[in-house]
Amino acid sequence: MSNLVILPIIIPFIIGAVLIIFAKHHRLQRVISGFTAVGMLILTIYLAFLVYQDGNIVLEASNWPAPFGIVLVADMLATLMLLLTSIISTACLFFAFQTVSSDREKFYFYPFFFFLIVGVNGAFLTGDIFNLFVFFEVMLLSSYALIVHGGTKYQLRESFKYVIINVFASALFVVAVAWLYSVTGTLNMAHISQRVAELEQTGVINVIAILFFIVFASKGALFPLYFWLPRSYYGPPAAIAALFGGLLTKVGIYAIIRVFTLIFYHEPTFTHKGIIVTIAGFTMVLGVLGAVSQFDFKRILSYHIISQVGYMVMGLGIFTPLAVAGAVYYIVHHMIVKTALFLFAGATERITGTTDLRKMGGLIKTHPVLAWLFFISAISLAGIPPFSGFFSKFPIILAGFQEGQHVISGIALLVGLLTLFSMMKIFSYAFWGKQKHTSEQAKTPIGKLLLPIVPLVALTIILGIAAEPIFQYSLLVSEQIMDPSIYIESVLKE
Amino acid sequence: MEVLMSVVIGIIFSVSIYLFLSKSIIRVILGSLLISHGVHLLLITMSGLQRGGPPLLGLEAEAYTDPLPQALVLTAIVISFGVTAFLLVMAYRTFKEHKTDNLEELRGSADE
Amino acid sequence: MKLQKPNDVMLQVSMRVITLFIFAFSFYLFLAGHNNPGGGFIGGLMTASAILVLYLAFDMKTITKAIPFSFTTMIGVGLLIAVATGIMSMLFGYPFLTHFFDYFLFPLFGEVELTTALFFDLGVYLVVVGAAMTIILAIAEDDK
Repeated sequence: MSNLVILPIIIPFIIGAVLIIFAKHHRLQRVISGFTAVGMLILTIYLAFLVYQDGNIVLEASNWPAPFGIVLVADMLATLMLLLTSIISTACLFFAFQTVSSDREKFYFYPFFFFLIVGVNGAFLTGDIFNLFVFFEVMLLSSYALIVHGGTKYQLRESFKYVIINVFASALFVVAVAWLYSVTGTLNMAHISQRVAELEQTGVINVIAILFFIVFASKGALFPLYFWLPRSYYGPPAAIAALFGGLLTKVGIYAIIRVFTLIFYHEPTFTHKGIIVTIAGFTMVLGVLGAVSQFDFKRILSYHIISQVGYMVMGLGIFTPLAVAGAVYYIVHHMIVKTALFLFAGATERITGTTDLRKMGGLIKTHPVLAWLFFISAISLAGIPPFSGFFSKFPIILAGFQEGQHVISGIALLVGLLTLFSMMKIFSYAFWGKQKHTSEQAKTPIGKLLLPIVPLVALTIILGIAAEPIFQYSLLVSEQIMDPSIYIESVLKE
Repeated sequence: MEVLMSVVIGIIFSVSIYLFLSKSIIRVILGSLLISHGVHLLLITMSGLQRGGPPLLGLEAEAYTDPLPQALVLTAIVISFGVTAFLLVMAYRTFKEHKTDNLEELRGSADE
Repeated sequence: MKLQKPNDVMLQVSMRVITLFIFAFSFYLFLAGHNNPGGGFIGGLMTASAILVLYLAFDMKTITKAIPFSFTTMIGVGLLIAVATGIMSMLFGYPFLTHFFDYFLFPLFGEVELTTALFFDLGVYLVVVGAAMTIILAIAEDDK
C-alpha cells in the first residue's frame, strides 16, 4: 500500500477545482497551472523510477481488499505513460500560455485541462475495469469541453460528431463491462484475468474481447472508426490539438494493450494475429493515404496519427516480447514527436495565419530555426536514423518478419515511405519555395513559442541516440506486461 | 424475467439506433439518452435479476441482491446525465451559431 | 411584441412555501444517504430543482440577488471538500478515501451514526447543485 499512486490523479484534480474558483484571474491561473505541470513532471519521474526499482506499487482505495474494492496499480507501462503524459501536458500548457486568447482562458480552459489529465492518469493507473470506464468518461467530458472551447462555427459542427461517436462507444463500453461481469462476476482486472484463464477463452469471451477492441478502437481511432479524428482535431487551437493528438488516442491504445495482454491473451491466433493485425494493416494504409491526399498542415498530421496508431497496434498484434517492446518504444516516440509537430503547426499558423500548405512558403528564409527543428521532427516521424522513429519501428518490423507476418511488415515499410513523402510535402511547401507571407508576418517573433517545442525535439534526438538503454527499458516493460502473473500477484498478493 | 428484459433492451437499442441515424440534432441526442437507458438496463439484467431484498442495511431480509450492479448503474447514470446535459448545451449553441439543427446542412464542405 | 408582465401572485406565494418543503426533503435525503436511499447526488438534484422553481416563479434578477454566490464556485468548493475527505485519511496513514464511522449520543436525537462519508457527500451535493444550475442557467440566460 502506498498513497503515492493516487497523487498523479488527485493533484490535477485539486488544482482543477481551485482553478474553477479563481477562473477570472488569468495571471494567477497561469502561475498555478505552470507550477503544477512542472511538479507533476517531477512526481511522475520519481514514480517511474520507484516502480523500476521496487516493482509494482498497488493502492487499495478506501482500504477495501483487492477483488472487492478499487485498486490503483502502478506498473512499468502505467508509469511510463504517466511520465509521457506529464511531459506532453507541460509542453502544451506552456504553449497555451502564449497562444490561447484570454477570453478562452477565462472560460475555464485550465480547469478542463487539468480534469483531462485526471482522466488520463486515472485511466493509466486504475486496476478496475469499471473504474477505467469512469476515468475514460472524465477524460472524454473534459475533452468535449476543450474541443468546443471557444465555440467557433467549425468547432461546434465537427465536435458534435466527435462527441456522438464517443457517447456511442462509451455505451458499448458499458455493454462490454456488463457482459464481462455476468461471465466472470468480478470487475478487478487481475481477478478477471484469473477467472478468464480458468474459463478458457472461447465463444462468449472472444465476443467480449472483440467488443472491448471495438470500444477502444473507436477511442484510439483505428480502422474503420477513425473518420471523426482528422476533422475534429482541426478545429481547436494548436495547444489543444497537440494535447489531443499526442495523448488522447494513445489512451485508447493503452487500454487495448492492457486488456489484450492482461485478460484476453489466450487465443492470440484469433484475436492478436488475426483481427488486430488485420485492423492494424488497414489503419496504417488508409491513414497514410489520407495524409498523402491532404494539403493542410494540421490535417496531414491528424491523418498521420491514424497511420501511426496502426503501428502500435501492429506491435501488439504480432505479440512477441520484441514486437510489444517496439510498440512501447513507438508510443514513447510518437507521443513526443507528434505533440512537437502539432505545436509546429501552431507556430507556423501564428506566423502565416493559415494552415493551408498552398498558402505557405519560404518560411526557412525568415525562420530558419523553426524550419530545421521541424525538419528533425519530421524525419524522425518518418523513421530516418539516427532519430527515435527508426529505432522504434525497427523492432516491430523485425519481429513481424521473424514471426512470418510478411504482409503486414511489408505494409509497414511502405507506409513508412509514404509518411516520409507527406512530411517532405509539408517541408517543401511550407518552408521551401517562394515566400508567401508578408514581410510584416515574417517579423513575427516566435522565440517564446519555440521554448516548449525545443525540449520535445531534444527528446526525440536523445531517444534516437540513447536507443540502446531506452530499448532495454521498453523490453523490460514488454516482458512485464507479457507475463500477466506479475500484475496479478501484485494486486491479489497470492 | 431476464428474457423479457432482454427483449425490452433490444427494442430500446433499435429505437435509439434509429434515432442516432436521423437528421435532427435533437433526435440524435434523444438517441444517446435512450441508448444509455438501454445500457443501464442491460447492466442490471446481465448480472442476474435475483429476487432478494434490496441491499439496504435498514431492511431485514433473508437474502440480498447483488448491490454492485446497482452501484455501477448509478455511476453510469450520473455520467450519462453529465454527458446529456453537455450535449444539450452544445446542441443549443450549435443551433444559435448555424441557425439549423439539420445535420445534413451541418456537413460542411471539404475546403474551408 | 412586448410581453405583458404576467400576474403570478399565486405562483410566487405558493412557491415560497413549496420550496421550503423541497429544501427540507432534499436535506433529509442528503442525510439519509449513508445506509438508505438518498445521498448527495439525489439530494443535490432536488435542491437544484427547488432553486429552479424559484427561478421560474420570480425573475432572474431577484433570485440572482437572493443567491449571492456563483454556482461555478460551488462546483469548485464541492470538489475540494470531496477530495479533502479522501486526503484526510491519507494524512493518518490510511489509503486514500478510507472512511470511518462511529456512534455518538446526542441529547434530543439519541444515538446517531456519524460518518466521514457525510463530508464526501456534502462535496457531491455541492457539485451536483452547482453543475445542474450552471447547465440550466447557461441555456436560460441566453434567451433575451
